[in-house]
Amino acid sequence: MNRRDLLTCVLPDKSRPGASMGPEFYTNAVLHTHENKPVRFYDDLIKGKLTLINFIYTGCMKSCPRSTGNLAKAQKLLGDRVGRDIFMYSITLKPEEDDPETLRDYARSHGARPGWLFLTGNEYDLTTIRFKLARWDHPMLDFDLDQHTGMVRIINDTLNQWTMCPTHAAPQQIVDAVSWVEPTKPFAVRLRENYKTQARIDRETRDAKARGAWRA
Amino acid sequence: MPKPTRRKRNDTASQSGDGVSRRTALKLGAAAGTLTVLTSKKGFSLPMFADTVPPEPTVCSPQPTHSPETTPFVQALPIPPTLRPFKLNPAPTKSANLAAGEAPRADHQRWEEFLPQQTYDMTLKPALHTFHPDMPPTYVWAYNGIYPGPTIINQYGIPVVVRFHNQLPVDHTGFGSNTHTTHLHNGHTASESDGFAGDFWGPGFFKDHHYPNIYAGFDTFPGGGDPREAMRTFWYHDHRHSFTATNNYRGLNGMFLLYDNVDTGFETGGDHNALHLPGQYGLYDIPLNFTDKKFCPDGQMFATAPDAVPAGDKFIVNGAIQPFFQVARRKYRFRMLNSGPARIWTFTMSDGRPFTLIATDGNLLEHPVQIPSLELHVSSRYDVILDFSGNQIGDSVYLLNIAPQFVNNAPEPLPDPNVDVTKAVMRFDVVSDAADHSVVPDTLCQYPDLNLNEVVTTRIWNFDLVNGQFKINGLIFDPDRPDATVKQGTAETWIIRNKLPASGWTHPVHIHLEEGRILSRNGAPPPPEESGRRDVYPIRPGEEVHIFLRFREWFGKYMIHCHNLGHEDNFMLVRWDVGTQTSLVTSPVDSAGNPNPGAQPNPNPPVLSELFTRKGELA
Repeated sequence: MNRRDLLTCVLPDKSRPGASMGPEFYTNAVLHTHENKPVRFYDDLIKGKLTLINFIYTGCMKSCPRSTGNLAKAQKLLGDRVGRDIFMYSITLKPEEDDPETLRDYARSHGARPGWLFLTGNEYDLTTIRFKLARWDHPMLDFDLDQHTGMVRIINDTLNQWTMCPTHAAPQQIVDAVSWVEPTKPFAVRLRENYKTQARIDRETRDAKARGAWRA
Repeated sequence: MPKPTRRKRNDTASQSGDGVSRRTALKLGAAAGTLTVLTSKKGFSLPMFADTVPPEPTVCSPQPTHSPETTPFVQALPIPPTLRPFKLNPAPTKSANLAAGEAPRADHQRWEEFLPQQTYDMTLKPALHTFHPDMPPTYVWAYNGIYPGPTIINQYGIPVVVRFHNQLPVDHTGFGSNTHTTHLHNGHTASESDGFAGDFWGPGFFKDHHYPNIYAGFDTFPGGGDPREAMRTFWYHDHRHSFTATNNYRGLNGMFLLYDNVDTGFETGGDHNALHLPGQYGLYDIPLNFTDKKFCPDGQMFATAPDAVPAGDKFIVNGAIQPFFQVARRKYRFRMLNSGPARIWTFTMSDGRPFTLIATDGNLLEHPVQIPSLELHVSSRYDVILDFSGNQIGDSVYLLNIAPQFVNNAPEPLPDPNVDVTKAVMRFDVVSDAADHSVVPDTLCQYPDLNLNEVVTTRIWNFDLVNGQFKINGLIFDPDRPDATVKQGTAETWIIRNKLPASGWTHPVHIHLEEGRILSRNGAPPPPEESGRRDVYPIRPGEEVHIFLRFREWFGKYMIHCHNLGHEDNFMLVRWDVGTQTSLVTSPVDSAGNPNPGAQPNPNPPVLSELFTRKGELA
């Protein structure tokens, strides 16, 4: 055990949000980014952050290209928040095939921008993390890697809130799902949003009636 | 005569929104650490917490192997109180009253035609609830602060408005969402009052739901609707997209009953149509809201993850773990509801007596069915008659669950309840005699004819799992995208298929707005207990069920979805709309990438007898 391990095990971590499940749940396994930088899963990637986490492997030709493409679009929609207060992680399901260099090429070919890490590590750690984040409680599905390529897990560690979204959903749906785990906005802000939503509903209803889709 | 048991509960003064001055509210808000919002410019103040808000507990870690020990059958079955009408201020309006704090919504359809004659007030808020005297109070979210929520009792022909206030904590952490939408399952209501999963709204606001309480087919049957279309046992529950399991597990549900001149709720009186089934509510007409939960050692609810709830090891009826219910030697009507999250209950009685099933999903059957065991799927309702007149005072009869829950695809240990009654769901204790004026006739009602010539389209819904994504017809649910449009006033045949036989999952498929009739299950006619109208259709692995549906009275967006709360949170839903045209939708390919026939125009609508012998041909 090195000195850092010892400290994180023993000392109370004041920077850790009170609601968080902490490294006891998420583990502090050391993963490697596509830039070949070692990172601790909880301390460096999860703690106090809003994160989108999905599972891929670079050789996955069936569903992953569309997933990664959609996430790239979602990254664009989220704009400069990614890398600032929102972080995206794609974790490999096949660490034996996906070393940091392979992941770097994969990230480049999909136009991933800063704030989005592609991660690999040892198989034991990655399976543990996958079972923590995306467990089916169903052996047929839990041990079928292809049943883990379709969902993006969205975590707000500060509020200890989770949700998920299919990676094949419209990119805007992924962005919407991110907002579901964000802190509740001030009342006045939400009141203003209500007026905007109402205007949209009224417009849609008017259009439906004009089209003859509803009888007036 | 057994007295209905009233639960001990928190002060419900805020239910009527009275007695809290703004200053008190500010003080209370500050004391409780809640966000108090000043909107003096708009000239209204928000409803405030009138009682202290319990702090949110943190979920225990690691996962407890089992809930705390509790002694079975030491607490009486609680009967949820009924919700009293309440004059709303400001009065409900056709258009959303945003200035007063109402959440956005479309205008109420046919508002002037069904002006509310009664109004109700409901507040969603945190509270403490005692599930068992052996456990400390548990933090719950509940309608009006009581779990299960108050029972709303209405009459057909009397339109009402229920105002839902969201006072869930703004600083919420952990499982569940403080945004919410209430679905009345399965009200024949307009879309804007249906609690559509995508129409959720946050704390501090309210929303009016308009329940016209009309019979389906109101427009086509002269004289105010067809009483043969009556549906009577409903439940209301949170339907917030992706948080339905966690919000319901936290406690956001309750029951809603509709009476009319046929099913009056009384055993005597009424006109010549009155059935005189066992009544009244709370005496001999008893709601049984079944759920299962797992608790931490500190008595708080355990959640497997911040967005997932576990298979519970505590059987809970009306908010009490393994209660007893004192009965007299006479007939009772029990309205059984499975409020989720995922368990499929199979009920039997310990003395082997059959249940007399009189209604499925709130719809009276044409004839009562004697059935030794009842499989109750999530969100389904069964009205059953149990007659204790053959018992002696001092007898006890147990309600048993004989279906194991599957965890990791293996059945959880479930001791033989015939050997170990401590595992029973609840116990009936026969304690007294009582007069019984109730009648359960051999014919309860007569359904309107099922005319398959009305069918304009046959639509196929393939429920599937691909790469860990639940898809229906190869599509992922998007609340902003209708995947089918049905024409108001027409009928369709819907074919529902469970395409993942190896998963072992039964999908309890629920269709909003209308009750349907099962035409066939796997090509065979439905068994007697499935012969009535329903709104939840359990589709077992590999099965195919054909359903006849009409779409009447209302326009807008509705859903068909799996009612396993975890599955619907994982996007196993479809939005379909009611419009003035039939769309022949849906996805061009199915989930396996093969061409999807989807909806097909039906130039020669099949007749009932043909359907039964044409398994697979429609595909």
